[in-house]
Amino acid sequence: MHNVRAAGRPYTCRVSGTRLDPYSDRYAARTHGMTASEIRALFAVVSRPEVVSLAGGMPAVTALPLDAVGSMIGDLVSGHGAATLQYGSGQGDPRLRERICDVMALEGIGVGDDAAASPDNVVVTVGSQQGLDLVTRVFCDPGDIVLAEAPSYVGALGVFQASQAEVRHVDMDADGLIPEALRQALVTLRAEGRRAKFLYTVPNFHNPAGVTLPVERREQILALAEEFDLLIVEDNPYGLLGFDREPLPALRSRSAERVIYLGSFSKTFSPGLRVGWVYAPVAVREKLVLASEAQILCPPSLTQYAVARYLDTQPWEQQIKVFCELYRERRDATLDSLTALMPDGVCWTKPDGGFYVWLQLPKGLDAKVMQPRAIAARVAYVPGVGFYADGSGQRFLRLSYCYPEPNRIREGVRRLGGVIESELELRETFGGIDPATLHGADTGSRKGSGSPAIRSAAVNPRAAGNTPGADAR
Amino acid sequence: MSNAAEALRAVVLAGGLAFERDVSMRSGRRVSAALRHAGLDVEVLDADARLLPAMAEHPCDAVFIALHGASGEDGALRSVLELAGIPYVGSSSTASRLAWDKPGAKARMAAAGIATPDWVALPHSTYRELGAGAVLDLVLSRLGLPLMLKPAQGGSALGAVKVVTVQELPEAMIGAFAYADTVLIEQFISGAEIAVSVVDRLDGPSALPAVEIVPQSGVFDYAARYTPGMTEYFTPARLEKAVASRAAEVALTVHQTLELSGLSRTDAIVAQDGEVYFLEVNVSPGMTDTSMLPMSVSAAGLDLGAVLADLLRAAAFRADRPGLAAPVGG
Repeated sequence: MHNVRAAGRPYTCRVSGTRLDPYSDRYAARTHGMTASEIRALFAVVSRPEVVSLAGGMPAVTALPLDAVGSMIGDLVSGHGAATLQYGSGQGDPRLRERICDVMALEGIGVGDDAAASPDNVVVTVGSQQGLDLVTRVFCDPGDIVLAEAPSYVGALGVFQASQAEVRHVDMDADGLIPEALRQALVTLRAEGRRAKFLYTVPNFHNPAGVTLPVERREQILALAEEFDLLIVEDNPYGLLGFDREPLPALRSRSAERVIYLGSFSKTFSPGLRVGWVYAPVAVREKLVLASEAQILCPPSLTQYAVARYLDTQPWEQQIKVFCELYRERRDATLDSLTALMPDGVCWTKPDGGFYVWLQLPKGLDAKVMQPRAIAARVAYVPGVGFYADGSGQRFLRLSYCYPEPNRIREGVRRLGGVIESELELRETFGGIDPATLHGADTGSRKGSGSPAIRSAAVNPRAAGNTPGADAR
Repeated sequence: MSNAAEALRAVVLAGGLAFERDVSMRSGRRVSAALRHAGLDVEVLDADARLLPAMAEHPCDAVFIALHGASGEDGALRSVLELAGIPYVGSSSTASRLAWDKPGAKARMAAAGIATPDWVALPHSTYRELGAGAVLDLVLSRLGLPLMLKPAQGGSALGAVKVVTVQELPEAMIGAFAYADTVLIEQFISGAEIAVSVVDRLDGPSALPAVEIVPQSGVFDYAARYTPGMTEYFTPARLEKAVASRAAEVALTVHQTLELSGLSRTDAIVAQDGEVYFLEVNVSPGMTDTSMLPMSVSAAGLDLGAVLADLLRAAAFRADRPGLAAPVGG
């Protein structure tokens, strides 16, 4: 018999426990759902060099002329510290706003017939993420409806959730947002006596789908915006990163009043500087500036000066071409490896720019359930479910090719192929079971679980049809 | 705390490549802060290719392993530390290997007369070769419903799921097999979920007050473990005196039967009839802000930093003087 004894003082007789959170009755309703997550925990290993991360969309910043950027930023502090280390304008540095107009001109904004383009309508933000947050704060009350592509950028869905907006997804295909699906969504809303506060769209090299909206569809969507009095929020961080052609005209270049434009230097220069912008009609701009001042007073001066100086003194358009060539090589490595190594039944999009490939797993597989196996095999991706506000997307995953070297991409895809093969084997083992034949089936049925056990049945049929033009094997 | 403890140079291992890396990082931060507060010279290192060269260049008196999951708990890293002659807190590589394997630990405890939910643990290959439907039918006829499914190795409830209906079973099997090649299927025992920590500062193992766990959702899953507010903890557990003593006895039996050292945390269920059922034991218990061992230490009126410093000092002392017991500080 063991000697049972308690360490330390005698036990007390407490009858109430602790939840370790004395503030639990004070939180805002929008914090519901902010819990620890297994997916987030699994991502903790992604930073380790043993893991090939095809997960994060991290730009290849080491391709920048780092010495030149370093001396430039050093000079901004030593030579211009009185301004660069000081508060600045809530709307953003005027010189930077002028240069932002030069950047937007590459996609047709502020040229030709668009006489409204002006630095006065640019609001500099801490990344375009803050820009989207400001736009959503300005337009959305809890319960308001936002239309967004299916799938949609996970960071945008987070903003909409925090604002307690209701997201309604609109179908995409290999050419991006489907105008007829948008019309249907707008008709449905009208029949319900409701309207969307805006449509959120990433028209170029979509995150996560990798697809691009052709010019004809842009015109159709703008026509629908006119017909249904729809506001469009155009999020365009990747538009200048095309591999095979010149940039397409931005939606904003065709409509000054219907489109609020979000831009970013995160993909064309540096995400670490956190500089983006909103280009908005004047009435909206005023509210955005006030909202931004309430939120952050002003965007950081040093990083704004750094971007403006970079645009003034460095061959930034040439640098974008360097990035594009680098990403094209990595895209090719990804697509070639997928073609060579993926099992039958897997299909994927073929991006001609940007960072992402959207991959559809064979029927019955769930990318989130499969993720631990992938982490164990030292390859990381982002499960598709995070890109849907309605919990669908189980069969999809996003691969980012922007950061790893081509040989690492090939190794990562090889590992992923093995993971999918193993998961298929597992599904083959357990997927064919008819629960009704198992011992205790009657009991289970009586308990009312009428839904099928295998999650493939829960895959959104709309989502499953997202990639008719995708490469498939 | 003693002067000897103040002079100690400790390395806390945190991170690793296991699924619980994030939890381990948090444990490592808490342990290192507690040890620094106790006056130790502490360095936190990841278990990667830089570890052994770093430890050769800057030797320490003892290592505290705050790694969770494989490598930190399966005995592998401990074997390497033993090879390198580096003292560490906790169970040996051999004992850790036994404890890490949930079915093996259950079998040992059942043989020692400790109640544990009836179970079966099979690899995927068995289901594939014999037919999953036929095997699961046998499992159900033996164990009934509801069931608990767990990866045979691992922690933080990753991959663990309660199965109430047969319809849920195939999908739950797939989810659990994503974390390990063998899945443990246990009869689900309804009752109070408790965790009993044992510490041994070379004056013999002592059971700390049990922590009773009441998750808001009814399931102590990953979110419930690591989100403050989602679970209510009672320390000591709301158990009758005799049952609390039995829970402590079970934890000590586990610690000693599996030849564990330093510290361990036994997870158990107290059924309605007061029977204490062993579920699993952890040789590297969580040390995060929501972990149970630090709650037990606090409930016992002890200081976490002082306890951990004593464990490190004991490990260092044991390495210097094999066969001798160290005086307990604090």
